[in-house]
Amino acid sequence: MSSPPGALEQELERLRAQNAQLQAELDAVRGVQAGAAPPVAAAAAAQEEPPAGAANGAACCRPVAAARDWDGLQHGLDKDQIARYSRQIILHSFGVQAQARLCRGSVLIVGAGGLGSPAALYLAAAGVGRVGIVDRDTVELSNIHRQVIHKEATVGMHKALSAAEACRALNSSIQVETHLEALTPANAVQLVRQYDVVVDASDNAPTRYLISDACCAAGRSLVSGAAIGTDGQLTVYCHGEDGPCYRCLFPEAPAAGNCARCVDAGVLGVVPGVIGTLQALEAVKLLSGVGDPLSRRLLVVDCAAGRFHSVKLRARSPNCVACGAAPSITTASLPSYDYAAFTGQAAANDAAPQPLQLIPREERITPAELQRRLASQPTAVLLDVRPAEQFNICHLPGAVHTPFKHFDRYVEAIQERLAAAAAGAAAAGQAAAPPAAEQQQQQDQQDQQNGSADGLQPQPPLYVVCRRGNDSQRAVARLRQLGISHAVDVVGGVEAWAREVDPSFPLY
Amino acid sequence: MEVRVLFFARSRELAGASEATLSLQPGSTTAALMPHLLEQFPQLSELGTSFVLSLNQEYLAPGEAQPLKAGDEVAVIPPISGG
Repeated sequence: MSSPPGALEQELERLRAQNAQLQAELDAVRGVQAGAAPPVAAAAAAQEEPPAGAANGAACCRPVAAARDWDGLQHGLDKDQIARYSRQIILHSFGVQAQARLCRGSVLIVGAGGLGSPAALYLAAAGVGRVGIVDRDTVELSNIHRQVIHKEATVGMHKALSAAEACRALNSSIQVETHLEALTPANAVQLVRQYDVVVDASDNAPTRYLISDACCAAGRSLVSGAAIGTDGQLTVYCHGEDGPCYRCLFPEAPAAGNCARCVDAGVLGVVPGVIGTLQALEAVKLLSGVGDPLSRRLLVVDCAAGRFHSVKLRARSPNCVACGAAPSITTASLPSYDYAAFTGQAAANDAAPQPLQLIPREERITPAELQRRLASQPTAVLLDVRPAEQFNICHLPGAVHTPFKHFDRYVEAIQERLAAAAAGAAAAGQAAAPPAAEQQQQQDQQDQQNGSADGLQPQPPLYVVCRRGNDSQRAVARLRQLGISHAVDVVGGVEAWAREVDPSFPLY
Repeated sequence: MEVRVLFFARSRELAGASEATLSLQPGSTTAALMPHLLEQFPQLSELGTSFVLSLNQEYLAPGEAQPLKAGDEVAVIPPISGG
């Protein structure tokens, strides 16, 4: 009839927890009523004495001075922690010991971007004792649609500092550490060693290989997430005895062209949110020891199709250069490993690609010069080679859309367009006003270029523009190969146009 | 026999479809997958060797020849690095 002793103890524990929680809620309400500081800020004072005006009530229920009498299990959580984390502490599959492990644990989050935002917020909220955030970038307005840890007010601020501020605002009882420099081969192993678990929330291939190698060398589990467009991937690398690393799965780096970046390819904001949140979940599982970590399983997410696809992975590869039987990448050799050479990419971030100089300078003009020429050359044809998504945001008046991705498909249309412009000009009897005297010399040069000096039908001027002036050079070079030799590139693309000619032109 | 192929991330862009059906000779093995895939979707050659193949949600090592049966599900998974 009587309960077995174990059940009685469990019941007692449950009642104690319930009591502590109710007490905390009561204290919080009283604190608000008395106009006192919020519970966390008042935590230190509450250890010493009960909140003003609550002394009698509290004291008659439970002697506050002997606050740790209830801590029969030595889990080390204080009253405020128990109140704060109560909803997961009372979770049957989690419990107070798991919370205590979380509160003692530490996580390094590499990248305070789309993945790092939800990861850092949830890990801070969940009570991870020490959260380290690595990022060298500053917050831009175009980040915020997905990097929800930042705010309009922190645009221009260092991302690591902005993220740390948000984490502290969410949970002032944890320690948040910021690392304002990029993760490099020189500092990676030493930094990773300072934390229990690492979250890869970076945005480029070289950094991904670096983090994985550093985790192999330092013996740390790695929660790896990635997102682009509407796709996401998630797994836990370097975990346990047989968990593979990033190199086991992808021993060869993808070609640079297959490593789309958010700045070029775009990303639906929620997608890194989903993956980053799952990364926080995996980190919580690893630190608390609750649940099965996503080791030796790769979750592949097609958010557009609503498809979550889980693939069972092999154990660590014995031949792996980072985590195999005889690794060549070790703590000693890693600092001199050339990740840029291995991946063929610099550890680029959300910044613009390097401007190229693919064609001779004399085949290129500035945006200001383009503006002048378009005004004086009514037959000019302007090609815009950006993708449709970008062209549809904004383009120069009269621009003809010929996306570089399928440029050859448009060549016939370009030729027709030039012929039509030439015919139109001929029909109008060159009715346009003659060029101003000071422009005559340049016009003559151009006529020569366009063929009129050779007695050929003059070609209407042809200009090519893109976002930043790289693809437009490639298009001009391609046009030359195809026999259209008078095309001129616009240096710096529409971004330079917006900076130098028309500040109202939207940037994206 | 027919097997179903799922394309993820860059492979979906290159193939222009999120999934496809591949017709193979009965008795084919997984070694026949890539040649057939590349024949049907030549653009996939852009992936080079940097992708993972799975068969019925299990990793398939490069060059591995496992027997295929009708209705099997193959996935093409290139790495993504954004974040």
